Amino acid sequence: MSSSTAILMALALPLVGAIGIALAARIGSNVREAVTLLTASALAWTVWGLLPELMAGGRPSAGLVEVLPGIEIAFRVEPLGMLFAALASMLWIINSIYSIGYMRGNRESHQTRFYIFFAIALSATMGIAFADNLFTLFLFYELLTLSTYPLVSHKGDAKTVQSARTYLGILLTTSIGLLLPAIIWTYFVAGTGTFTPGGILDGKLEGPAVGLLLGLFVFGIGKAAVMPVHRWLPAAMVAPTPVSALLHAVAVVKAGVFTVTKVIVYIFGIDFLFAEPSGGWLLYATAFTVIAASVVALRQSNLKRMLAYSTIGQLSFVLMAAAILKPLAEIGAAVHMVAHAFGKITLFFAAGAIYTASKKTEIFQLRGIGRRMPWTMTAFTIGALSMIGVPPTGGFVSKWYILAGAFQAENYVAIATIVLSTALNAAYFLPIIYLAWFAQEDSTLSNEHGEAPFAAVLALTLTAALTLAFFFFNGTLLILEGQIVQGTP
Amino acid sequence: MIDWSVHLPALQVIVPMLSAPFALLLRPRGLAWAAAVAASLFAFAIAVMLTLGVLDGRNFEYQMGNWPAPYGIELGVDAFSALVLLVITGASSLALLAGRRSLDADIEEDRQPLFYAAWLLALAGLVGIPVAADAFNIFVFMEISSLASYVLIAGGPDRRALPAVFKYLIMGTIGATFYLIGIGLIYLMTGTLNLADMELRIHEVADQKPILVAAGFITIGLALKAAVFPLHVWLPNAYTYAPNAVTVFLAACATKVSLYLLLRFDFLVFQPNLIGHDVQFSYFLMPLAVLAILIASLVALFEKNLKRLFAYSSVAQIGYILLGASLVSVAGLTASVVHIFNHALAKGALFLAIACLATRYSSLRLENLAGAARRMPWTMGAFVLAGFSLVGVPGTAGFISKWYLMTAALDHGSVGVVLVMAIVISSLIALAYVWRVIEAAYFGEPKGAASGGEAPVGILAVTWIAALANLYYGLAPSLPVTLASTAAESLLRHVP
Repeated sequence: MSSSTAILMALALPLVGAIGIALAARIGSNVREAVTLLTASALAWTVWGLLPELMAGGRPSAGLVEVLPGIEIAFRVEPLGMLFAALASMLWIINSIYSIGYMRGNRESHQTRFYIFFAIALSATMGIAFADNLFTLFLFYELLTLSTYPLVSHKGDAKTVQSARTYLGILLTTSIGLLLPAIIWTYFVAGTGTFTPGGILDGKLEGPAVGLLLGLFVFGIGKAAVMPVHRWLPAAMVAPTPVSALLHAVAVVKAGVFTVTKVIVYIFGIDFLFAEPSGGWLLYATAFTVIAASVVALRQSNLKRMLAYSTIGQLSFVLMAAAILKPLAEIGAAVHMVAHAFGKITLFFAAGAIYTASKKTEIFQLRGIGRRMPWTMTAFTIGALSMIGVPPTGGFVSKWYILAGAFQAENYVAIATIVLSTALNAAYFLPIIYLAWFAQEDSTLSNEHGEAPFAAVLALTLTAALTLAFFFFNGTLLILEGQIVQGTP
Repeated sequence: MIDWSVHLPALQVIVPMLSAPFALLLRPRGLAWAAAVAASLFAFAIAVMLTLGVLDGRNFEYQMGNWPAPYGIELGVDAFSALVLLVITGASSLALLAGRRSLDADIEEDRQPLFYAAWLLALAGLVGIPVAADAFNIFVFMEISSLASYVLIAGGPDRRALPAVFKYLIMGTIGATFYLIGIGLIYLMTGTLNLADMELRIHEVADQKPILVAAGFITIGLALKAAVFPLHVWLPNAYTYAPNAVTVFLAACATKVSLYLLLRFDFLVFQPNLIGHDVQFSYFLMPLAVLAILIASLVALFEKNLKRLFAYSSVAQIGYILLGASLVSVAGLTASVVHIFNHALAKGALFLAIACLATRYSSLRLENLAGAARRMPWTMGAFVLAGFSLVGVPGTAGFISKWYLMTAALDHGSVGVVLVMAIVISSLIALAYVWRVIEAAYFGEPKGAASGGEAPVGILAVTWIAALANLYYGLAPSLPVTLASTAAESLLRHVP
């Protein structure tokens, strides 16, 4: 299979899978789940098959159609996109296993619709990852928003509908109101929107306009959840947990930070932006979001909402790393996307497992739950430690790189933010770990439950293992992402 | 072998025109509708063949009864008219296919043959205007289409349509009269009614006052018929109270035909002959276009009735078409002509979706539509897609025209930047008013007991065809873009 076929396959497979799921659902739910798993595996196999070519410095590409002169739908795999696609496709397999356990364990309705839109969302994610220009990226960005809407509003009751409204409203208005003008502006100024190493705006734009364009991009890409466009993310927590886990800890939010990073690296160019003072606000805006979101997380009593605010903080952490604009920090940003994905999906899986087994959603209800659900809470602990950045977890690796980049840039705002956010992360995760393992059970609650369904436990064990493994095995990733800053075309 | 294709321009008009009295004779229920659909689809097929011929580089010229041009009636089809013909016949066919049930419900059985005959006459008049090559026949076709469309609008059970149509009749007649006065003056000075002859002959008398007056009368008269802001006041009520299928048909093409004629007169007849015409044209229409874009969008934002909301949106969209033309450049005119096509797609699909809603909801006020998406997910899906096209989201047809329009505007330096800002602002307002509908339909709490679910399959299928066409022409726009750029170059052949 040639690599350009592989790219188009990666886009088409989930869509074919979606049709397959719809057809298979008529035969039976087991067949339907088999189709989901099969599609997810085929997708991961296809995407990972592109990796050797990338490692060798190749940049496989595929063009689809030229809509207008200069505007085309085209795809090209580069290190950042490869990382994102590989991550999402791999976690989709695990997440599907988890979904089966969760959706059946909670007897959710409309399961077929759920799996169909999940597959479509994955296709959109692949499109975002491989997009070669801003136009293509925008199309798949909107497709991702629209295809996740039915997932967020899955329950269909009044409260869910209100949250889904916030979700759709913020993501659509920011993308059409800010991101689209930014893209059109870029096309007019630079004559192209193709992602090019070193950027395309150097010499085309200067002064405050750079800062303004950056602002349109950063806030237009609402999926990156930089305050004040973060409110959709806590709202999205009304979705079933597998959606929160894969989409709102990995695919959707990472699509946001990934897009911003890609714009900084390939549209503005690191050196151009570093030399332009009007873009400097990004560091402060993201640093503020990191701290503010952590403080809000500290005050949450609902476990999923706390995780959502933690996600907002971590996303801005990635963006802040990118905004340091030094090679080591850019690598750190990419690595942190992966580390955070493994850790946060584990945490969400654990939260969902707790809910499935015991219907508990609040943090204070978790006293002593570690003894009833040892597997789940072990995984939760590993995920939480990774969020704080304690070795031997993946979170340590990325923090190390980002700190190194911050010192390289002598950026003391960034250093102080990293230190403070680590402390805050510890402050809201450690009490939960303590409660779960060492506190006495609250006898007023019904506590007659064991572990969650096997499929769910299997999935969260796998992701916890990945969180640990990432600490030891990250060489490939570092080499790959090193290519971004070495200027390999 | 005889080449039948030379007769296509004549058949384009003759088929619907002769089908009209035929439809009148078909008394049994449903037959008149079937005849109208058949004639409309046949006309559409002819328009497609004409378009294919034009794309091959052919220019159709036809002399009725082989009488040479100044004496006989001449017909002609080029890229611009082919595009307009596609829009008219396509809109008519889709509206008729979708409208069978709703028209059946709206119109008493014994009046149906009359109604469909009027529809076919309207169609014949509308296609006659782009096909005809002389100013007087154009006037005749214009009157046929206007009179027939008054009947169509007033044909429904809604009594409020009567004052609306009366206003339309008065304003439309004033517009047509102005046009007639204009061509009368030109005939007086040049002795010809043939557009091609006028193009050559006005030159000799260009410095005479009557020609200037004629240019003014014709431009204003056609602007009135095209609902150019602030001459749009007849449009919103006429669209709102017309039967739903009629709204689909007229919203997609009625004003476009007048715009077609306006551009044709101003660029081909007056431009080569009047000194400084392009500058006057531009200075006169550009401010009106910008005002239309902004003010009509704002009015739409606060409108509560769904049909009237999108009627005001049409006024704003006409502003886009004029704005492109007022730039007097190939890029600008391409944007205009492309938008004639794309707006017909978007607005046609939107009004089709509204017709779907109307099959289940008696009142089309926003508050009444709360929670509609839960009852009619497919209808609202098509609505969202078409709404995106209206806003100009990439991937839909609307984006293509906005893109051309912005590119064209930016060629004009600082004025261009202001224009681009106006376009962006009005697109955001469009997003806001489309969002209001989405908000009500998706997030509102349904009131009262729900009765019935999704719209009938027939009308829904047609709606989705139109909605998907927005997607198709957003990703593969070569057909409208090719026709439009050919048309733009031909229109600008006299501009220095």
